[in-house]
Parts: sequence; structure tokens; C-alpha cells
Amino acid sequence: MAAPKASLYLVAPIWKGGPRGIRGLSRTVAPEGNQRKRRTVLQFLADRFYDVQALREYLLRKQVSKVHQKNRSFTYVKEQYGPYIAAAYFVLKQGGAVKFQGQEWMRPNGRGRFSLEFFKFQAVPVEAVDASGCAINYQGLDNLLALKELQSLSLQRCPHVDDWCLSRLYQLAGSLQELSLAGCPQVSERGLACLHHLQNLRRLDISDLPAVSNPGLTQILVEEMLPNCNVLGADWAQGLKLGPEEQSQDTARSIPA
Amino acid sequence: MLRRALRLGLGRGLLGRGLGTWRGDSTLDWDGKVSDIKKKIQSVLPGGAWNPLYDTSHLPPEHSDVVIVGGGVLGLSVAYWLKRLEKRRGAIQVLVVERDYTYSQASTGLSVGGIRQQFSLPENIQLSLFSVDFLRNINEYLAVVDDPPLDLQFNPSGYLLLASEKGAAIMENNVKVQRQEGAKVCLMSPEQLRNKFPWINTEGVALASYGLEDEGWFDPWCLLQGLRRKVQSMGVLFCHGEVTRFISSSNRMETASGEEVTLKRIHEVHVKMDRSLEYQPVECAIVINAAGAWSGQIAELAGIGKGPPGTLQGTKLPVEPRKRYVYLWHCPQGPGLETPFVIDSSGAYFRREGLGNNYLGSCSPTELSPQEEEPDPGNLEVDHGFFQDKVWPHLAQRVPAFETLKVRSAWAGYYDYNTFDQNGVVGPHPLVVNMYFATGFSGHGLQQAPAVGRAVAEMVLEGSFQTIDLNPFLFSRFYLGEKVQEHNII
Ligand SMILES: Cc1cc2nc3c(=O)[nH]c(=O)nc-3n(C[C@H](O)[C@H](O)[C@H](O)COP(=O)(O)OP(=O)(O)OC[C@H]3O[C@@H](n4cnc5c(N)ncnc54)[C@H](O)[C@@H]3O)c2cc1C
Repeated sequence: MAAPKASLYLVAPIWKGGPRGIRGLSRTVAPEGNQRKRRTVLQFLADRFYDVQALREYLLRKQVSKVHQKNRSFTYVKEQYGPYIAAAYFVLKQGGAVKFQGQEWMRPNGRGRFSLEFFKFQAVPVEAVDASGCAINYQGLDNLLALKELQSLSLQRCPHVDDWCLSRLYQLAGSLQELSLAGCPQVSERGLACLHHLQNLRRLDISDLPAVSNPGLTQILVEEMLPNCNVLGADWAQGLKLGPEEQSQDTARSIPA
Repeated sequence: MLRRALRLGLGRGLLGRGLGTWRGDSTLDWDGKVSDIKKKIQSVLPGGAWNPLYDTSHLPPEHSDVVIVGGGVLGLSVAYWLKRLEKRRGAIQVLVVERDYTYSQASTGLSVGGIRQQFSLPENIQLSLFSVDFLRNINEYLAVVDDPPLDLQFNPSGYLLLASEKGAAIMENNVKVQRQEGAKVCLMSPEQLRNKFPWINTEGVALASYGLEDEGWFDPWCLLQGLRRKVQSMGVLFCHGEVTRFISSSNRMETASGEEVTLKRIHEVHVKMDRSLEYQPVECAIVINAAGAWSGQIAELAGIGKGPPGTLQGTKLPVEPRKRYVYLWHCPQGPGLETPFVIDSSGAYFRREGLGNNYLGSCSPTELSPQEEEPDPGNLEVDHGFFQDKVWPHLAQRVPAFETLKVRSAWAGYYDYNTFDQNGVVGPHPLVVNMYFATGFSGHGLQQAPAVGRAVAEMVLEGSFQTIDLNPFLFSRFYLGEKVQEHNII
């Protein structure tokens, strides 16, 4: 069978490994051509043999449960050491960074290891979390929502952060001042609409969100909704073309927040 | 038919000529051949004598364990859970019969797609909580290998219910129940309301309840198509046709108290094929009535309600189509991105639609005054006067910006309206023992479909409700006269 090599993927994204694989599953808009190419030999087999079909379904489920596994909550740690330690442990394990009040940023080394000395900060609140690129999802977010003193949260390029997640951030409304959602492939204007709860927000980064249908208009509406917040947003080339406002936007962006 | 006849005749003619040449018979009896062909054509044309073996592959199968009447969101959800909860792969055959695959009149596509937990009955709250969990994980429940993930377009903007002085106490009670069941709902005073949503005129509002999580609206088509795709991959069969008749047998029995009852069992469902007089009897063990607004008719076909009034046999399924309008309007000065799904104390409701200052909403006729006339459900035409007279005044009073709005479009759809108590009917009929209901949700059927499908499947497979106890929603309540009262029907 003269099928192209690419078509031999079992479940398309799984062999790619790493965060790209994760994103493959969560992608909402699949480029048509790519999709086509992969749907050949294995699809043919799957259509005809139950075993192949079952195997592919199994692999798909496996992929999903891997994400769930990463996002389970550390009930034991939480009970023993309190919410701050549990959240920090969760974030570090995922490969993100945390900052306890009055301390330096803590992040795992290149091989994902981190020292456990932060277990002594039981009574010190966590004030900043950088979970850029982590596989954090709706369930895993529970760990962070317990941080009532959290001021800055970065969820940049998190493949599993979606509108459902944003709808829960209101629980951090009391403290959150900075939020970055840049590059989250699943966040759309529908989720951004929930951020109106975050009245203390001073800085919000919503740039590079592929799922937002109209970045320019969305940014204007978000700014209206959060009048006290500096919204870093859309790449204006892809959004609306507005003369004066475009300029004011550019100056706003150059102000270091 | 004509084309087939011609092709047949022509094919034979050519073959004949070919043979002729081979035999070396060069003087063709051309006239004879032509008249032969003519005869053949005549016999194949309708009314002719030639009768080929009839191809029945377009008909549904002659047997199916379960026949689901209605391929709307409820029917498909039942199909999904039956296949998912079956003990062995392929153990039960399921056939979904749907008469209109464009779904032009089906409520599912014509609804406004809202989901909320702000009900007063614990059962309704639980159903919605289960469903929202389903929707959140829709790409796990309805994942199909090789197909792109579904984009449900969920807007998690919440519901905002407003209560007048009179309704405040009830609202407070409802919220207590909702919180007990695990819904994230908060109460707001008029003052808090003004701070949060300055575009609301709080005059006449004594209390508001606002859903913080898991409430909002989504694309009903996405759920419908996702269920369809998944169910198909699980081996459920679909058939484009209308259920017109049930063949059943009856069994006279005596109850312990000496009363005589007639138990019925459906053996065959007659499915009339689309645009043809042809029908196919399908032998089956179980029939699921998920025909939405038309489920009352389906129940009647099965003989439900045909008996002396006041008896169980004479108790009808009280579900009928009720026409409801939805209007889409544009208002440049209207409320912004934070707008929730607002339900006014007058019964009028609206929500944001997309980003361009568009809104959609309406009001149910009975909300305003009970004796008000219901619109004629014979067609789906829209009464624009209804918006002018009954909806707009309430909207403009609540949101002053709506004084200047422009209606862009409108449509109408049917509620599967339960005239008895506006709640769902779930589970088997007590006398027609193998007909199960999944209908009557009167305006909240879409959001509860994932959970109701599961409940019905559990009833069919296990004989009892396992996940959510829906015993109060059984058919027998109509006979016993026990209403399950829900305060928040919209
Ligand atoms: C204007 C409006 C707004 C609404 N808003 C909401 C909302 O915000 N939230 C919510 O949860 N719900 C809402 N609903 C209610 C919701 O749409 C319905 O409760 C739900 O869609 C019912 O699903 P169903 O599958 O039972 O019905 P349907 O989608 O109507 O499906 C029934 C199907 O049965 C088929 N059928 C009927 N008779 C036969 C037969 N004899 N043979 C074969 N097929 C047959 C029909 O063709 C139809 O496709 C709304 C409804 C309307 C009209």
C-alpha cells in the first residue's frame, strides 16, 4: 500500500510527544489538509477491524487520562501542609514557578527536579504563580483557587486552559492584579467575558489567542468591561484597523506594567 | 425508474447484438429486435409485468432491541447512554427513527441554548449539574477517533434572576436548595446589583440571584451533531421515517385489590418511509418516546389515554406543542461583554448574542397572565406584535438602554410543554410496559438531556434510577395527581 509515511500515526498527536502532542488533542480547528493525510491506512484498518478501532480508542482515552493524572489534587499534602504548600507543589511538579511572599521565585531545574525546602513556608502565602506552558486544566485549577493572596498569575500557552477555567477565576477576585492568558489556544471571547469579576485586575495580557474570533473588537469590549485595567492585547494587524485608537494602544503597550 | 428501465433495455440490446456478430449472423433482424426492446421497456415501466427482486436496503432493519422515536437531543442522548452502559460491546441494537433530518421544527435547534442550576426542585438542579459536567468534558464523552474535537461555544456568563418583593422569599429558599446541591449561586441586593451591572434599573427588584459558575449558554447544534457522530460510531442505526403505528398485545390482569387492568406490550413499530407510502414493521423489545413536542401523539398511538376518564388507562400524556417566539435585536448602547442571561421578574428574558451588541430574548405568554391566549401551534410563524406589546415594554423598563433597539430577526419553536406541571416525564409507562418516556421538559430539555438520557438508559438496563433519583418524574404522577412543582419555569 503506497500510503505516505505520515499516515502511519496511530493516534495522530500521540507520537509527537511533549506539549505539542497535548495541544494536538485540544486543538479545536484542525487544518484540513493535515487531517486528510493522516486519515488513510489506520483509518482504513480501524473501519474494518474492531481490534484496531479499539486500540485507537484506547490510546485516545489514555492520552486524556494522562492529563487528568497530572491534574489530580494533592489532598494529602493539602491536609498536612495547607493550601499554599499544596499549590506550590502542584505548580512545581507541572514545571511552573512559584513565588512565596518575600521570597525569590522558585522553579524546577532543567530535568524537572526541585528542592523541597519550600515546605517550611507553610504560613507564607503564595503571591505569584507562573504556570506558563503547563498542562493545567479545569480540575488542576482547584489547587490555585485556594490561594487567596495570589496577585499575579500567568497561564501563558497552557494548552488545556479553556473558557471553563476562566469562569472559575472569580474566586481570586479579591487579590488578583495581574493575569496573563497569552497564547492559550482554547481561550475565547466567551471565557474572557467572565473576567469582569476581577475588579482588582491592573494588567491583563490577552495577546495571541487563536480561538478569539475578532481580537480587535474583543479587546475593546474587555477594556470597557475592566476600566481600571491595562489590557495588552491583540496584534492589531489581524484585528480592526482603527486609526487613533491604534496609536493609543501602542503607547499603552510600551508602558512597562 | 425510467432511467433504470432504459438502461436495462439498452444493456440487453447491446449484449444481443454482440452475440449476434459472434455467431456470424450478419443479417440482423433489426425490426424484431426493436420490438423486443420495446416490449421489455414496457414490461419494466410501472404497471408492467416484469417484477425484479425488490431492493430493501433503504428500509430500517426488521428487528431492533430498542427503537427510539425522535432523533432530537433527548433521543440521541438516550441512544448514547444505552450504548455506553451496555454490558458487552454490541449487546443491544438501537434504532433511532427521525422523520426530519433537517430538524426544521425540532425544538433542539430552535432553542436559545441556556443552561442553569437555578431551579427550585433538587432533581432539576441535579440534572443540570450532571449535564454541565457532561458538557465540560464533552470531548471526552463524545470523542471519536479521527474526528476533530467539538467546539461547544459555551458562554459561561451565568444567569441573573430578578425577584420582586413578592418573589423574594421564594428566591431565597430556592438559592438555599441550589447551594445545598452544590450549585455556585449568590444572592444580590438591589444595591449590589446596581454596582455590578449599572445598566439595570433596579426599580421593583427586591432580590437577585446570580449564577457564578456552570451557567450560561451554548450551541445546541454542536451537542446534537456531536451526539449523532458519536452514537453512529458506536453502532446505533438511523432511519429516516415516521413512526405511524404500534402493534401491541394486551394482557388482562387483576391487581391484589381485585381491580382489573390491561397490560400492553408493543411488539412492532411501523415506520413509514420519508416521501413514500412504503412502511416497514420493526420488531422490538423496547420503545423510547423522545418525540419532543409530538410525544403526546406518539403516546396516543400506543393507546395511552384511551380509556374511561379518571382511570390509569384513561390518563393521557399531557405533553403538547406550545409555540414560543425568540427575537434577535441590535442595540448599540446595550449592556456589554459582562451581560449574563437575565430573567426579569416579569418573565421576560434576554442574553447577549455574540460581540456586536446583539441580544436575543423573549417572554413566555403564560408568564404574564395565566388566562392569556396561547398562540396557535399550527405553524411556526412569528407574531411581531407580541414583541412590541408584551416583551419590549418589560425589557425597556428593566434596561433603559433597550428603549432604542432594533429587531433584526425572529423565529419560533415548540416547547415540549407538559401542561400538568411543566416538568419532565421520565421512565416507563405503568400499563404499556415497554414504552419509556424522555419528554415533557417544557423549555429546559436541552440542558438536561445528557442526564436524562442516562437516567432512561439506567431504567431500561437496570430497572431503576441509579445516578439521579427521578422517581418523582414518573408517569404515574399524572394519575395520582401529584404535581412536582418547579418555581423557575421560563
Ligand atoms: C424557543 C425555545 C427556547 C428554548 N430554550 C431552551 C433553553 O434555553 N434551555 C434548554 O435547556 N431548553 C430550551 N428549550 C427547550 C428544548 O429545546 C427542548 O426541551 C429540547 O430540545 C427537547 O428535545 P427533544 O429531543 O425532546 O425534542 P426535539 O428536538 O423536538 O426532537 C424531537 C424529534 O422527534 C421527531 N418526531 C416527532 N414525531 C415523530 C414521529 N412520529 N416519527 C419520527 N420522528 C418524530 C421530530 O421530528 C423531532 O426532530 C427551548 C425551546 C424553545 C422552543
